[in-house]
Amino acid sequence: MDLILLAISAIFVNNILLAQYLGNCPFMGVSKKLSTSLGMGVAVIFVATLASIFTWLVYYYILVPLELKYIQTLIFILIIASLVQFVEIFLKRFSKGLYNALGIYLPLITTNCAVMGIALLNIKHEFGFWEMVVFSISSAAGFTLAILLFASIRERLFISHVPQFMRGSAIALVTAGIMSLSFMGFCGMVN
Amino acid sequence: MSRFLSVLVHGIWKDLPPFRLVLGLCPALAVTASANNGMGMGLSVTFVLIFSNLTISLLRNIIPDKVRIASYIVIIATLVVLVEMILQAYFFGLSQQLGIYIPLIVVNCIILGRAEAFAARNPAFLSAVDGFSVGLGFTFSLTLVGSIREILGAGTWFGIPLTGPDFEPFAFLVKAPGAFICLGLILGLMNAYGRWRGENVIQ
Repeated sequence: MDLILLAISAIFVNNILLAQYLGNCPFMGVSKKLSTSLGMGVAVIFVATLASIFTWLVYYYILVPLELKYIQTLIFILIIASLVQFVEIFLKRFSKGLYNALGIYLPLITTNCAVMGIALLNIKHEFGFWEMVVFSISSAAGFTLAILLFASIRERLFISHVPQFMRGSAIALVTAGIMSLSFMGFCGMVN
Repeated sequence: MSRFLSVLVHGIWKDLPPFRLVLGLCPALAVTASANNGMGMGLSVTFVLIFSNLTISLLRNIIPDKVRIASYIVIIATLVVLVEMILQAYFFGLSQQLGIYIPLIVVNCIILGRAEAFAARNPAFLSAVDGFSVGLGFTFSLTLVGSIREILGAGTWFGIPLTGPDFEPFAFLVKAPGAFICLGLILGLMNAYGRWRGENVIQ
């Protein structure tokens, strides 16, 4: 039951994008079309979950016993960067279809702060293993949900009359703000 | 000499992050609930930018082309660990406030962007100046957004009460939606000003 609550809270209440501001660069960058957003979202779910598991294991079984907690940042980014490379090579070799679908998004993910952010939040909240897995999957799913909704709105924005100076990123940010406002409505659901 | 001056000032208007150069949005949204936090984040990023640009520029002929991004990330991450430790030692309150956004400086695209676009093909001194200039612009923007949100959203500036008891603060400005809308409107105003001056505005 606690795990279900944790998942709901990570997807809706504390949405990683709209309430914690993580992953905004790809949010603004690739959300112009629905299909590319879907690709990015699936790639983030995949990499964020794997990266969280690896960083969590390394943190508790290597860094803590050796008292090396202070280089956490350096180790985490190295794990994420090499994991992304590895996933790319693996997919290219064994799953051509998946590689064609996700391939171009993978290099972008290394500098996606949502992936690194989820890994850091797992440690900050002192989650156990299963809590960590559920939190990672649902946070990344929250990212995907937000980016998909946003892309659908943005496709409409293209054909509407926006004042010249607000076009592009400016109107996109205001739209994201209004979306974030509506997501605040979920606040009462979980404490 | 003119090259030096143009590098020194480009980050302050022409490539002002995150408005003119739409990079590094996460910290610009996340830590600007108060002017103090915005400025602290801006100065931390400036520190990392100056030294990462300097180091990368000095090593640019040694680092093989194929592994350059990975090498940049290692250099940047090392500097970020340094910033984390300095903040924890001397500015504990600020480091608690900024929380996970300090380690997240590693994935701030401005730093990697400047490394790739400038430091990788320019001499060391000029690269450090570029880092200083872009960092200063970023600090200015974050302090500006932080000031607007803090003054209107909480009625204080750098923690000093500004408005009288009759003023009802717009509480929503210090929450998440306020961050997006405030940044979007500033971006729009800057575009409008740029258009008025007859510049080509990036869409």
